Amino acid sequence: MKKIKCECGHINPEGTVLCEACGKPIEENQHIDGNDKSKLLNMRYDGSARRSLTYNRSIIDKIWSFFSSVKVGVWLIVITLVASSLGTIFPQEMYIPAEAENRNPAFFYEDWYGLLGKIYYQLGFHELYSSWWYMILISLIGISLVICSIDRVVPLHRALKMQKPKRHETFLNRQRLFSGSKNVSSKEKQQLIENLKKQRYKVRNEDGHILAEKGRFSRWGPYVNHIGLIIILIAALLRMTPLLFLDEYVWVREGQQIVIPGTDGEYYIENKEFILEAYDDNDERFKDAIARMGGNVASNYQTNLIIYKNVDASIPGAEPKLEKVVEDKVFMNNPLKFDGYTLYQSGYQQNEFSTMSFIIHETDDPEEKAIDTFTVDLSEPETEYELDSGFRVVIDKYYPDYVLEDGEPRSETKFPRNPAYVFFIYPPNSKSPEISFIGIGKNIDATGENKYKLGISDFEMHDVSGMTLRRDYTLPLFGLGAFIFMIGVVQGMYWQHRRIWIHPKENEMLLAAHTNKNWYGIKKDIEKIISGTNIEMVVDQQELNELDKKQGG
Amino acid sequence: MRIEKAKEKKKSKIRNRLIFRTIILLVLVAAVVFALITNAEKDNTIYGVGDKAPDFELKQINKNNELESIRLSDLEGKGVMLNFWATYCKPCEKEMPYMQELYPQYNDKGIEIVAVSLDATEAVIHQFIEKYNLTFPIPHDNKNQVSDLYKIGPIPTTYFISPEGEIIEKIEGALTLERLEEYFKQIQPRQ
Repeated sequence: MKKIKCECGHINPEGTVLCEACGKPIEENQHIDGNDKSKLLNMRYDGSARRSLTYNRSIIDKIWSFFSSVKVGVWLIVITLVASSLGTIFPQEMYIPAEAENRNPAFFYEDWYGLLGKIYYQLGFHELYSSWWYMILISLIGISLVICSIDRVVPLHRALKMQKPKRHETFLNRQRLFSGSKNVSSKEKQQLIENLKKQRYKVRNEDGHILAEKGRFSRWGPYVNHIGLIIILIAALLRMTPLLFLDEYVWVREGQQIVIPGTDGEYYIENKEFILEAYDDNDERFKDAIARMGGNVASNYQTNLIIYKNVDASIPGAEPKLEKVVEDKVFMNNPLKFDGYTLYQSGYQQNEFSTMSFIIHETDDPEEKAIDTFTVDLSEPETEYELDSGFRVVIDKYYPDYVLEDGEPRSETKFPRNPAYVFFIYPPNSKSPEISFIGIGKNIDATGENKYKLGISDFEMHDVSGMTLRRDYTLPLFGLGAFIFMIGVVQGMYWQHRRIWIHPKENEMLLAAHTNKNWYGIKKDIEKIISGTNIEMVVDQQELNELDKKQGG
Repeated sequence: MRIEKAKEKKKSKIRNRLIFRTIILLVLVAAVVFALITNAEKDNTIYGVGDKAPDFELKQINKNNELESIRLSDLEGKGVMLNFWATYCKPCEKEMPYMQELYPQYNDKGIEIVAVSLDATEAVIHQFIEKYNLTFPIPHDNKNQVSDLYKIGPIPTTYFISPEGEIIEKIEGALTLERLEEYFKQIQPRQ
């Protein structure tokens, strides 16, 4: 490995652009940061040797230098963006609509979208976001982030640690802010140092050469920021294991007791009651707001429920042996926590019937006096009802969610939202039935000759609660990552790394300054520092350059 | 002497750097491999082709069939068509007659059809059985236990299970008569 010795005596690692100690540009390396073409020095990473730009020995070093390139990182991000958008052209596999004739992706995409769909499927875009290559793209971004950071933070740290107050003249006069002042007395210089200290600069003195510095820690902001991002990536990685993250949704009807999905048949939920409360329309405080909303504003969604654990870990489907774990109520912002799971109230339905009562009366009885009554339990309807009066009622057809499709009655779902029945009514001592079709708002006599008629006399409805089940052990890690990210942002945003150099010459005193951002701020600092002295205010050489260019052109 | 020492120092520095870079790269690669493997395994929690079909037991409710309950492991040695369906599902209704058409013939050849109904009530299932004169076993999964076990999404979903209990094919959506027979031949036990 070749080292470069500067005329100040400091030995720099290969690839150094500006001497670590005195800042003198190292001639043969000026092309790296493009300094050879301009008057002003590029102060990126303080001219330190980025390792990746120099060694290329083993395969490890080659991989390393590949990932340490910001250009590569940006391209990876661009490629990932493009790939992500490809996944949105057609629905992903899990969003294939239920009404599709064949939901097998091998058929579905060609069936619905033709040739393009077929290509889409064959390229594997139907499961793009969990495909191996997409995940590798994301991981490559992560790797690039880690290596870029390491490759920059180490040399930068080294350069800032190595820097000496005594700087080469060319380092000073090629800074953006520079001035040379003649006839500066030592008293004025003393005044200057005091002013610097008053501005909370750390002042170092070496043979009359001065380096005043403040806010160096803001240079670490981006790297702290990257550490936060890396922690977030790790959390996202861990989230993929079902052990650490689970997200399920279950609809449970009042009175129903079903297995909670995602718990391997271990937990059961029973819905005791769903409660929907609304604000009082006449409440003095909210009256106007409620009227504006058109009335009926919900104030509470709540499910009273019991959680059971199946202690008989035998075969799924067999009658479970349930032990009560907890009985509680779940409402907005008050989820139920049990055994590492959290259960949230997240939806409801109010359109299901639980029971329906009917009366039998004579068809031509205008008062519709009940001869007999019976009740159908819609959670478990019987097929036959023997009544005390000698009537026998048989449910020939039952449609829980009745629709008429192409002239044929059928049920749209399994839920009793719009129940309808074909009843066979056997009058006492009769073998031949009378047929009636009954639904909500429908009562049809098939033959028109029925002597007896049914009527709905009463019904009960039940509610359905939608519950979200979550288990997320990765959330604290996301929080930590985001917090560290924010620290990095604040560190880099609200502080600046400002440096001021003073280089005494025989009859002249050179003053130069550099900051990583907010040049206006450092100019203000310098104004305050030189006040009361004979020292020349610095000139912004970049602005001068631009001015020159404008006038020249 | 001094030059030699400096050289030595340089060498060890390069070696340390190489070790450091190798470790960092190994850690990163390990993380990527972990991500890819967990992602691949995630798909496996939904049982697919090549997996052993998980066992379950349910009450059988088709009165045209003499079995009282169905336990999948009891059917080992037979090819099993495990079908998840419901009465309100139109594609299910379309394929049911085909299943019934082939059932008597293939049942003799050692194939069993298990059509797990995901309906809410038995009444509707009985109507359906009557309408299509179904004779194969129809268990009723009224607590969602088995559909949760198999992570059933939209229906119909059908598994073809070999006599050894391995899932040979998973079909989402309705089957035609020809395709059904084709799959039956695949899982038919050798005589």
